[in-house]
Amino acid sequence: MLNQLTLTELVERLEDRQVSSCAVTQDCLDQIKRVDSELHAFLSCDSEDALAQAKAADQAMTAGVTHREKPLLGVPVAIKDIIAVRNQPMSCGSRILHDYLSPYDATVISRLRAAGAVVFGRLNMDEFAMGSSNENSAFGPVRNPWDTTRIPGGSSGGSAAAVVADECIASLGSDTGGSVRQPAALCGCVGLKPSYGRVSRYGLVAYASSLDQVGCCAKRVRDAAVLLEALSGMDPRDSTTVPQPVPHYTSALTGEIKGLRIGLPKEYMVGGLDAEVETAIKAAVKQFAKLGATVVDVSLPHTDYAIATYYIIATAEASANLARFDGIRYGLRVEGSDPAELYSRTRGDGFGVEVKRRIILGTYVLSSGYYDAYYLRAQKVRTLIRSDFLKAFEQVDAILTPTTPTPAFRIGEKTGDPLQMYLSDIFTISANLAGICGISLPCGFTRDPKLPIGLQLQGKPFAEETILRLAHAYEQSTTWHKERPRIGERK
Amino acid sequence: MEYEAVIGLETHVQLKTRSKMWCGCANQFGAPPNTHVCPVCLGLPGVLPVANEEALRLTVLTGMLLHCDIPRYAKFDRKNYFYPDVAKNYQITQYDKPSTIGGYVDFEFNGGISRVRITRAHLEEDVAKNFHFERTSGVDFNRAGVPLMEVVSEPDITSADMAYEYLNALKDILVYGGVSDCDMEKGMVRCDVNVSVRPKGTTELGAKIEIKNMNSFSGVRKALEYEIPRQIEVVSRGGKLIQSTRRWDDVAGITEEMRTKEYAHDYRYFPEPDLMPFTPTDEWLADISRRVVELPLARKQRLMQDYQLPAPDAQTFVWDKPLGNYFEGIAKTAKNPKAIANWVINNLRAKLGESQTTLADLKFAPAAVAELVELIDSGKISGKIAQEVFSDMFSTGEAPGKIVERKGLAQVSDTGAIEALCDQAIAANPGPAADFRAGKAAALNFLKGQVMKLSKGKANPALAGEILERKLKA
Ligand SMILES: [Zn+2]
Repeated sequence: MLNQLTLTELVERLEDRQVSSCAVTQDCLDQIKRVDSELHAFLSCDSEDALAQAKAADQAMTAGVTHREKPLLGVPVAIKDIIAVRNQPMSCGSRILHDYLSPYDATVISRLRAAGAVVFGRLNMDEFAMGSSNENSAFGPVRNPWDTTRIPGGSSGGSAAAVVADECIASLGSDTGGSVRQPAALCGCVGLKPSYGRVSRYGLVAYASSLDQVGCCAKRVRDAAVLLEALSGMDPRDSTTVPQPVPHYTSALTGEIKGLRIGLPKEYMVGGLDAEVETAIKAAVKQFAKLGATVVDVSLPHTDYAIATYYIIATAEASANLARFDGIRYGLRVEGSDPAELYSRTRGDGFGVEVKRRIILGTYVLSSGYYDAYYLRAQKVRTLIRSDFLKAFEQVDAILTPTTPTPAFRIGEKTGDPLQMYLSDIFTISANLAGICGISLPCGFTRDPKLPIGLQLQGKPFAEETILRLAHAYEQSTTWHKERPRIGERK
Repeated sequence: MEYEAVIGLETHVQLKTRSKMWCGCANQFGAPPNTHVCPVCLGLPGVLPVANEEALRLTVLTGMLLHCDIPRYAKFDRKNYFYPDVAKNYQITQYDKPSTIGGYVDFEFNGGISRVRITRAHLEEDVAKNFHFERTSGVDFNRAGVPLMEVVSEPDITSADMAYEYLNALKDILVYGGVSDCDMEKGMVRCDVNVSVRPKGTTELGAKIEIKNMNSFSGVRKALEYEIPRQIEVVSRGGKLIQSTRRWDDVAGITEEMRTKEYAHDYRYFPEPDLMPFTPTDEWLADISRRVVELPLARKQRLMQDYQLPAPDAQTFVWDKPLGNYFEGIAKTAKNPKAIANWVINNLRAKLGESQTTLADLKFAPAAVAELVELIDSGKISGKIAQEVFSDMFSTGEAPGKIVERKGLAQVSDTGAIEALCDQAIAANPGPAADFRAGKAAALNFLKGQVMKLSKGKANPALAGEILERKLKA
């Protein structure tokens, strides 16, 4: 069962030639066959292509290529269905893209390939990354590997579930308001959202351009650090990436966190927080203190406005970003007597309810006469939220919060109440508005049913090293990450 | 009541860049449909725009040529509307923070100099081109994403002719500055015309009527020649005009309504999140200011003043900039620039045309033209001989002085020699000589011609005339 290895373990064994990429890739594919009819983490998987890449990786290793040169050589990494992979389907969890195949690789895919990874699979997601539960996938939801009657989180639900169910070694997702961190917390793996501008967005289908960032799900903090290093850096195809040098992230994982300061925002420990989540977070705070970190209170006074601000900015950008899906050049087309009718029929049939809701909301907030009251004001509040964080980071190195207010809820439980659903992103959404980095990692389980709980560490822009160091030290001093769901074992 | 027209123009100009605005595809007209395309200009899912820096430079250069302010902060915005020629269903443009604001164009009109103020010149992307076939339509994306600059004028224009002259002046400036080739045939310049009418002397603006998508300057003039009287007629009959968009039908020679204000688009502009705001540095701006050239009108005025050139000659050197530069290279140190202009325009240009060559192919040094004019002015050769000398220097590159010497073409100013030739001419042509004596002054020219003939064109014609006259009157 090589698919159960962590990325770091796998790389060690590949280096020692104990295992082959073909073998581990085959084990991942077998696991998909075994469990995915239950989980539905994958929308499609081109096994032949995956094995061909694995074979090429094995040949490269035989030819003497090392993991020092290609750190991910032979490692199977699965991809969220919103990231373009050449000649592979891309649906973004929507019917509107129909049989679309991407003619090009996203920059993150080129980088994974350059690092030697086996890029495979199309991971299920909320349609166009709009959702917190995966119930908005046009192809049916992903299920939580710990309890298949529950949601895995969203929008990168497939990315988190696939990692936790050992269907891949690691995965890419995208995080616009918590879409990597929230499902990572609810499924029980590590989920990393880099700072805005750290990783190229070229080839990531835009939901909200100023908030989107490619992130990754992995089994361990160290695995996430290795992936981040491969993905990061300025991209001439993305003007919003920055020329900041890319550190050697794994070097930051010293286990030593003495003297680091962790802030607890007082605004986050309020009503709506599940009791077991609260207990787990409090225990984690104690653990950090025990490891030598200094824990202090901080204030993020504009927290209450984050969700409203997010839903104005994100939907405004989405209303334009999703305009290109019109049935003219690719994807679904429902004919009409003139272009306008073709557009409205195609989009009417092709988009799901939540996507339509957000397009309409975004169109509204940008409309003449409303722009100042909504969009412009939201941008101002966004600036305040960002400066809250930057001020807090003058006192502390990281901010610790729960990743989600509750553990995974049941499928269907919140679908009738979008506002309630939006609240599940309350702790993660600010990081995207502020452009800072964040990581979620396992910090406990609820008792009955046994469901993962995640803690979130947020760091200042481009301080991924700091949150990775803290997360790694905590992880190595606890055993939560070693727990496995029982999915697939029965058979 | 007398009415006046108030006209403002929005002129869209394709910029002269090698690649498109957001991608590396060639900015090239005339290729087979959809051959200069890539995921970016096709607006495929996941792509991002990256601004073409040369297009930003050319926009700022235009701002400098049009005397605009160049703000230290500019940004791009999304203009949202659904149409098959815009792949993303939004166009990236500059909405409230353009690259240049507030300038003017001066140009000759009605015997004087007119000024039209420029509101702004901003940068955006061109859209694809739709083709309509019998039952279907097609879209060619070669043009999609070509850098397009929009120059917006203030409503300072008052007539169809003035609009025409303004457009020509603007075009000359942009071609001069190397900003655009402005090739109308290739659709590189397109205009939207805003026109309203009001009682003369009032300041309130009438209902703004826009005539969209004009692709020739003469079309703009014709459309205005139709539209202004149409509006005046409506208003003077007591009718009311409403804000609307019209289309010019070149075949019928009329404008017709496309949509009124109620159907006006709400473009829902907002800042383009995929592009960083643009904040030019001093250094970057200084680099561009080195590309600023003398404007056509200024050049014309300077040529007239510095070299005493007549307006048509100066204008010739404005239109044909290389020829003008060639002229200036010679004239700066020459005694008789006016004569040099004459030679360059009337002889050199004609020869170049005949032989289908360019200035770069010339075999003689520019100074040779000055030398030739000197030879004429000093009386060393006649204008006629000069033609022959010029012909030789054009084909061989030999210096004019040397040609004159080698071929013995120097003018004969030796009185003794000419007197002999005059005697010969009078003796051989008694009839004309008698005519002159009888008072027919014109007969002298005939005799003079005979002297020139006898001298093989080398006799100083003025001297020959004087001597003939003296001899005949004696
Ligand atoms: Zn292109």
